[in-house]
Amino acid sequence: MISESTKARFAKEVAKYPADQAQSAVMACLAIVQQELGYVSTDSEAQVAEYLGMAPMAVHEVTTFYNMYNQRPVGKYKLNVCTNLPCQLREGQNTLRYLETKLGITMGQTTPDGLFTLQQSECLGACADSPVMLVNDRSMCSFMTPEKLDQLVDGLRAVENK
Amino acid sequence: MMTAQHILSQFRATGVQTCFHDRHINPQIFAGLNGANWRLKDYEARGGYQALRKVLGIGGCEPMTQDQVIATVKESALRGRGGAGFPTGLKWSFMPRQFPGQKYLVCNSDEGEPGTCKDRDIMEFNPHIVIEGMAIAAFAMGISVGYNYIHGEIFSTYDRFEEALEEARAAGLLGNNILGSNFSFQLHAAHGFGAYICGEETALLESLEGKKGQPRFKPPFPASFGLYGKPTTINNTETFAAVPWIIRNGGQAYLECGKPNNGGTKIYSVSGDVEMPGNFEVPMGTPFSKLLELAGGVRAGRQLKAVIPGGSSSPILPASIMMDCTMDYDSIAKAGSMLGSGAVIVLDDSRCMVKSLQRLSYFYMHESCGQCTPCREGTGWLSRVVDRIETGHGRPADMDLLDSVANDIMGRTICALGDAAAMPVRAMIKHFRHEFEHHVAHKTCMVPAYV
Repeated sequence: MISESTKARFAKEVAKYPADQAQSAVMACLAIVQQELGYVSTDSEAQVAEYLGMAPMAVHEVTTFYNMYNQRPVGKYKLNVCTNLPCQLREGQNTLRYLETKLGITMGQTTPDGLFTLQQSECLGACADSPVMLVNDRSMCSFMTPEKLDQLVDGLRAVENK
Repeated sequence: MMTAQHILSQFRATGVQTCFHDRHINPQIFAGLNGANWRLKDYEARGGYQALRKVLGIGGCEPMTQDQVIATVKESALRGRGGAGFPTGLKWSFMPRQFPGQKYLVCNSDEGEPGTCKDRDIMEFNPHIVIEGMAIAAFAMGISVGYNYIHGEIFSTYDRFEEALEEARAAGLLGNNILGSNFSFQLHAAHGFGAYICGEETALLESLEGKKGQPRFKPPFPASFGLYGKPTTINNTETFAAVPWIIRNGGQAYLECGKPNNGGTKIYSVSGDVEMPGNFEVPMGTPFSKLLELAGGVRAGRQLKAVIPGGSSSPILPASIMMDCTMDYDSIAKAGSMLGSGAVIVLDDSRCMVKSLQRLSYFYMHESCGQCTPCREGTGWLSRVVDRIETGHGRPADMDLLDSVANDIMGRTICALGDAAAMPVRAMIKHFRHEFEHHVAHKTCMVPAYV
């Protein structure tokens, strides 16, 4: 079931488009679902489809096309490190390696405590801020030196273990 | 008590390194910004929304006609800042203004071309300049509804743009009967969610319609069949941001800021092996050497080896050629590359060209939408062959194989992603063939290993 507060967020997105084009809001609705539930399940797709008057498969097509939708549960914090060429020239790869070592996982994996998922990502559009990473789709973290990575990971761990 | 949000917000970019460094030359879009003055009242204090008032004839002056606005933009020689460099005024004149049904204006802020990070700073630190530019464009083309499609990865910038839209609506600068005139324009923000291909304008339209972002056949062009099948004009963020200055100061004045056929200023994103990466707004035609100096020069102790001058899709140029270029569409094209989005990726003499190409080719394979076979299959071939050369499994015939695959992709796909994947490969082999040959023969780089 979609909660009333979620429906209110959906409605704000749908209102941007012509009355017969509610489908245009699907990207935003799926991003909202992901923010609230951590990933986009088949059930969520069906609910969004019903809300927008779309075929569930049309929603699934969107979920699977765009890289940032999580099609299965991820850690509480999804860390996406850019390693594209401009970042590769400025420690992008080393940043990913550093986190792999620190978290004890390789890219694509989630830590056993379910706190962190680490992913390599394509260009985040913040090349001059490299090394750069995106946390949970919405927080861009810039100039991530090893010291800052420690601060971020240790800080989030402390928040979660309090 | 620290929350997760507190922790993450410590690492949010401030713009000090990339935008407020005072190393622009006669900036227009970035002039006077400090990170705190992005709101409506600050923008108006900088002369913001005067161009819109001028166009609408608010405050006593004669309103401009649609033709006058378009003629002014044509005169300015403003060219599309997203990558193609198409003359903006000419594009606006393609819009069938008399078309009786709904028409749309779209801003392409899906900034995902590796190396490019200028539109983010514009929307983050000066969002109203984009809104004003779009409102003027909408007026000129008789359009009542617009969308700004923003790269999903810069979500905080999307949130900020939404906030700026709210401010503009509340002040009567967007919506019905703007500033009491009979001009109405509704503007909304939409976001992507991780698909490089949506920077291609027809893929963007598909995405805006709530579909997977696969490019459309052209023709028909968006000017006749665009969003929801209606006439649509699409411009890049920086292009719209240039418009208010042009209206306030005139097309001729803008043209004179740059070079003939290359009017105005341009924001270059300089990344890679420089001391101070960032965005630099400089006049069109500024020597590359000057731009490099603004970015602090090549990393200390290193020499310039090569430059990718216009985003990862543009052909790489060796240092000797690049140092003779000025930064404008015509100079870079003459040198055999493209100004593209103005993303300047600098590589120093410690860099292996095979390794650099390996990462780029992987990217294009990853981002091919899969619609056209030459691109879907070809980008995979390019990536795998470059990968085997880099990892010491290359064969002597591989360079010719790469050239052949690249040749089979180019011109055989619906959109330009295929060409964008092929061109860097061909340019790398053209200018640095000896490095590829060295890799094949010796199974290792010509430069010391690095990560």
